[in-house]
Amino acid sequence: MLPALAQFRVEVSGVGLTQLPIALVPFKGQDSSPQKISDIVQADLERSGQFRGVDASGQALDEASRPDLSLWRQRTADSLVVGSVTRLADGRFDVKFRLWDVVKGQDLGGQSYTVPQGDLRLASHRIADFVYEKLTGEKGIFSTRIAYVTKGGSRYSLWVADADGENAQAALASPEPIISPCWSSNGQQLAYVSFESRKPVVYVHNVASGQRRLLANFKGSNSAPAWAPDGNSLAVTLSRDGGSQLYTIPASGGEPRRLTQSASIDTEPVYSADGSTIYFVSDRGGAPQIYKMSASGGNPTRVTFSGTYNISPSVSGDGRWLAYISRIGGAFKLQVMELATGNVASITDTNADESPSFAPNSKLIVYATHLQGREALMTTTLDGKIKARLAGQAGDIREPDWGPFQKQ
Amino acid sequence: MLKRTIYSLAIVALIAGCSSGTKLNDTPVTDGRGTAGQQGGASTVTPVNADQGAATAQGPIGVERIVYFDYDSYTVKPEFQSIIDGHARFLKSAPQRRISIEGHTDERGGREYNLALGQKRAEAVRRALTLLGVNDSQIEAVSFGKEKPAVQGGGEEAWAQNRRAEIRYTR
Repeated sequence: MLPALAQFRVEVSGVGLTQLPIALVPFKGQDSSPQKISDIVQADLERSGQFRGVDASGQALDEASRPDLSLWRQRTADSLVVGSVTRLADGRFDVKFRLWDVVKGQDLGGQSYTVPQGDLRLASHRIADFVYEKLTGEKGIFSTRIAYVTKGGSRYSLWVADADGENAQAALASPEPIISPCWSSNGQQLAYVSFESRKPVVYVHNVASGQRRLLANFKGSNSAPAWAPDGNSLAVTLSRDGGSQLYTIPASGGEPRRLTQSASIDTEPVYSADGSTIYFVSDRGGAPQIYKMSASGGNPTRVTFSGTYNISPSVSGDGRWLAYISRIGGAFKLQVMELATGNVASITDTNADESPSFAPNSKLIVYATHLQGREALMTTTLDGKIKARLAGQAGDIREPDWGPFQKQ
Repeated sequence: MLKRTIYSLAIVALIAGCSSGTKLNDTPVTDGRGTAGQQGGASTVTPVNADQGAATAQGPIGVERIVYFDYDSYTVKPEFQSIIDGHARFLKSAPQRRISIEGHTDERGGREYNLALGQKRAEAVRRALTLLGVNDSQIEAVSFGKEKPAVQGGGEEAWAQNRRAEIRYTR
């Protein structure tokens, strides 16, 4: 067994898991690199629940080596990752790696990245994405980003972090609450609700430049922004005409168009990945339940039927799954519904789950919860069998939103 | 009003500094936009600081400004009618004055759904004021949901103090 990595803890439960055994040899030169590339790649792969790291000690190999694969077969590895990291004269780093199929004795290819120091983790996550896709056939999500909010004392901060919770950078600091961050589909902008003007107002914020603008600042409360997948408009909840109702607003700003006409609460809109459907929460039946309707409005149909409090819907990118929070006996529990069958599974053993959000490959969910009396962010596989606590800031941590695939 | 400070403008020039991955055995290509040895690149985030926005003005002297609500209730209880009456009289006599009614919930449940529930409380107080003849244009009903509890901690005693609508004079 390899020593546990400090930045996260993976909990595995249940039986019948098949995990691909993979050996990650410490990259040549990473001892003097600011980031331990092979550790980051291994942690990423293990957090997916689909890989198990095997002992790679005592071997010095890089991407140019011809490894003795019989040795790695003895160590029960099915795959092997080797590589190097080199500091260039201009201060950037050259990261190279190669992936070997140990069983077939095959070179599965490799990549080279030349990056500034601040992107060494990103390069590592891209290696994990390459390995994950080669070996599972599915796109990896390790180079994606997660936005979340912390509260420390009376300060609120909106953070953008790597998908493992590391490398967090503040996008916004405020003396008033920030809630409901939502990534645009190009991964460049966040919409969120800020209370800095002593009421809830929706901003759109370019995280790289720090440029932001008011999207919805109408009389009353403005909240629950959700980007349409084409990036041209957002659905929001406004109370400007009385009550909390759903509207759409052009992303460039402008006059909202009302989507729902009810005397009840309609809020928490989210788009299906194809943009055709909006899922939302309404108490029109007397208690909050999740409904769906055409993205242009129209008659909603009810989606959740079990229990009397179902909120915070999130739809997977492949359209197969709905994650949401259900109040069950006074506890708030993350649920996953298979949309085709309506079958629901409760996948946590915590009691204060909030704000689920799917990874863009539909294989993991990030959510907020309470662990040992503190707020925490967790990722879980859809069956609940593999959970990991994200590294994060001290203080309370909440409101995660998983960003889209990044352009390479 | 909403001021904002942008730090490290220079970093903006470094966006997209991460080169694309290149297949091994090809010559690595970099796009030349990265700056040597700098932190940052494609992962760069530029921080913004938000300042406190709104000021509070003095309302009627001697009139309470908080209305409390029962669990799962959004109606103003009779015992708070005197507070409503006091503010209604004041606002009708001073049509240039403006209030924000800030609705709040206890900590249980989701943030956005609680925001909508807090809105119902704020609007209940607004309706009670307009029924007494206050002009709707003097009132803005907003919600903080569960984000700004008056009292920290759980239990019915704290929850009861947090289920409230606060009347704040903005002008």
